[in-house]
Amino acid sequence: MHGVIDMTQATTLTPAEEARGPLLEVHHLTVEFATRKGIVTAVKQVDLTVRKGETLGIVGESGSGKSVTSYTLMRILDRAGRIAEGTITFSGIDVANATERTMRDLRGREISMIFQNPRAALNPIRKVGDQIGDVLLHHLQAEPRNVKAKVIEILEQVRIARPQERYHAYPFELSGGMCQRIVIALALACQPQLLIADEPTTGLDVTTQKAVMDLVTELTRARGMSTILITHDLGLAATYCDTVVVMEKGKVVETAPAEQIFRAPQHPYTQKLVRATPRPGIALSDLLPEAPAVPSPLPVGERSAPQAMGEGAQTSSQMPDPVHAAPLLKVENLLKEYPRQGVPMGFFAGLMGKKAPPEDALFRAVDGLSFEVKKGESVGLVGESGCGKSTTSTIVMRLIDATSGKITFDGMDIGAIPAKEFAHHPMRRRIQMVFQDPTDSLNPRYTAARAIADPLLRMGEQFGIRGAAQMRAKVEELATMAGLPLDLLDRFPHQLSGGQKARVGIARAIALKPDLVILDEPTAALDVSVQAVVLNLLEELKQTLGMSYLFVSHDLHVVRLLCDRVIVMRQGKMVEEGTSEQVLEAPKAAYTRELIAAIPHPPV
Amino acid sequence: MTLANPADRGSASSSSGLAATLRHAKYVISENPVTGLAFGMFLVLIVAAAIGPYIVPYDPLASDTKAALQAPSWAHWFGTDQLGRDMFSRVIVATRLDMGIAIFSVALVFAAGGIAGIAAGFFGGWTDRIVGRISDTIMAFPLFVLAMGIVAALGNTVTNIVIATAIINFPLYVRVARAEAAIRRQSGFIQAARLTGNGEWRILLTQILPNILPIMMVQMSLTMGYAILNAAGLSFIGLGVRPPTPEWGIMVAEGSAFIVSGEWWIALFPGLALMFAVFCFNLLGDGLRDIVDPQRRT
Repeated sequence: MHGVIDMTQATTLTPAEEARGPLLEVHHLTVEFATRKGIVTAVKQVDLTVRKGETLGIVGESGSGKSVTSYTLMRILDRAGRIAEGTITFSGIDVANATERTMRDLRGREISMIFQNPRAALNPIRKVGDQIGDVLLHHLQAEPRNVKAKVIEILEQVRIARPQERYHAYPFELSGGMCQRIVIALALACQPQLLIADEPTTGLDVTTQKAVMDLVTELTRARGMSTILITHDLGLAATYCDTVVVMEKGKVVETAPAEQIFRAPQHPYTQKLVRATPRPGIALSDLLPEAPAVPSPLPVGERSAPQAMGEGAQTSSQMPDPVHAAPLLKVENLLKEYPRQGVPMGFFAGLMGKKAPPEDALFRAVDGLSFEVKKGESVGLVGESGCGKSTTSTIVMRLIDATSGKITFDGMDIGAIPAKEFAHHPMRRRIQMVFQDPTDSLNPRYTAARAIADPLLRMGEQFGIRGAAQMRAKVEELATMAGLPLDLLDRFPHQLSGGQKARVGIARAIALKPDLVILDEPTAALDVSVQAVVLNLLEELKQTLGMSYLFVSHDLHVVRLLCDRVIVMRQGKMVEEGTSEQVLEAPKAAYTRELIAAIPHPPV
Repeated sequence: MTLANPADRGSASSSSGLAATLRHAKYVISENPVTGLAFGMFLVLIVAAAIGPYIVPYDPLASDTKAALQAPSWAHWFGTDQLGRDMFSRVIVATRLDMGIAIFSVALVFAAGGIAGIAAGFFGGWTDRIVGRISDTIMAFPLFVLAMGIVAALGNTVTNIVIATAIINFPLYVRVARAEAAIRRQSGFIQAARLTGNGEWRILLTQILPNILPIMMVQMSLTMGYAILNAAGLSFIGLGVRPPTPEWGIMVAEGSAFIVSGEWWIALFPGLALMFAVFCFNLLGDGLRDIVDPQRRT
């Protein structure tokens, strides 16, 4: 299995030389892709150095070339991509020109990688223990007779509880964080010298993110390994890395020690990123650059006001005093039960002799939740995945029915109307939603204009729109409000960027002039700089149109920026409720404190 | 609903949309010459079906016993059959009937099977169970034997061939449409459509169906070839179209008796025509998907 060539090459450096010299050196790396529109340069003249035991962070927004760089280091580019220029030297081996055989030995044993989506990186139909065992056997780190013992030892190292049992688990039986631990176990199985982590915690909860990142840091430190952490989150990189490299449009714009990147960013792009990162003690408008890149189409009186009031001022003070306003939405004792997954029910349960006790067969996604949203108020619903926040918002949205509980909207018991009939109910118009994934929430066969027009066609009687010209005018008006350039209206979703798709989603949600808009992590799929713009847009629209928001999110910092009040949820129950400042600065519940502590704290 | 139509037209940007589609079609064809070939072959079939009966040199039904069983010559390109009918004229004229059967049966099965499949995938539950069991029942028979049975039972007409061909293709459409609809059932844009006041059936027809259309196009093109073969096969064994109507299957059947005695052309040319048509539709499928699917446009 072992290539003879690379073994000799790898041992040309003495251990002493290795310890001092750089483990990985990338010099003037340029990567090109052959596409339908000609050659696209994804990475331009990139220089990187990773010393032994160092953790390097590569930070950039989507399209900055950070992932392509890491794929090039592993030589796992698409067929269309090629290294046009530059050298990559990994402990004496010329990676750019090495044979495929040499690379095969290098991958996994010397350099390994953790991917963004742990579930996709694992084979869904094989036991996780066997998958780790494969790597050990392949790289001759274990014999068939002792492989199981070794795998269990590794599972213990990545802190998987009950490793004997979990050895036999399939990926779908494990949580996202657990799967990422398995992937880490896979990556570290052969004691590589370099670990490349490509957005290892995107899509994981903050507490899980902290656990996973702490684990990676601890394991790599203990082994004296080097790590390249690729992320879009400047805060995460600054917290866990020694050196941070900022990339923009395929170029490295800044390389600096982690302590300096937040304190004294040099390059304008880094400054913009630092500014756009939500952090304690700033107001919503602080996220934007001094001169807004996208001029707001609205007559904005509100935009400059919070700034004038000073740092940390409550944006809520601009609105009609929510304390005395009438409740728009009132949820009382909301309960939603689901049959528990994996519990055999009914006929087959009896057949297989696995009669589950009835109380175990039901899972309470939402467990007796009560809250209010007043007119003109923004309420944040915060919690980790599985806490029931999305179920709650979907019930309030009247897309699914609750098991029990009362939902009163503007004095009317809308919980009593079955979800199936609500689509044709006049109340439908007044509760709208902005979805989490802007790509998934737009029909790929509809143009932006058609998507925005859809609610008007179905429920827009009150606007009295007659004919195509009037409809077009109305759509253009909405697009302008959402800050979507009008020449993009005839494009299909796949021709739009993430931020533009988010604007289409927002324009669609406000088309019917709703009273309540549910924002389901509307910026989770967006880059920080786009997130900053979208959050400001949402705030402006709320001021102009006088809507109420129910903001569902896992990110307390983002919620604080937009919301007056925050509700923290866990396992379907409310853990804490209070104004944003109270909850963030003086959390009462232990769980809230845990959540806040888990947010990366970059050295400022 | 009254507002829907004008706005649909307005947002579809009619004239520039057509030009863009043509430009895209040109790109797809130049990118993949096989698609161009398939479209060329399709054009030949369409022309033959549309104006064939008016341009053929002989009456396809007129027998001329003096000129029976002549080998291909300048006067008779494909030779003549046992009654002296010109094979070239008969092969060309048969295009309309064979294509007609295929197109109508595919349209029928697309409407029935496609909608049933989407409903099964989208609604799930009892709809899924009923549609699934119906298609399982159809699949349980050898399909050609089932088609024979249906035509024999319903009566020996062209309409019944169309119906029989549609029925045996039903499960294929149900499977494809059901799987594609089930994938999209949970998509955000479906939820968004519910929020904007679309009923479930409207979502099925206006949101899900357009997304499934590209893959259904491929399916239609493939079953088109199969439908032609099926119709010809039924005629070959004496069901469906009756002599002396020119039809490729019958002509192959009639010609097969003469192959042993050396008159190969009577069976060969209708057989080649069948092959040409089936080959054309199989090639067409992929090219069609590239043109219909907006994801491939840039």
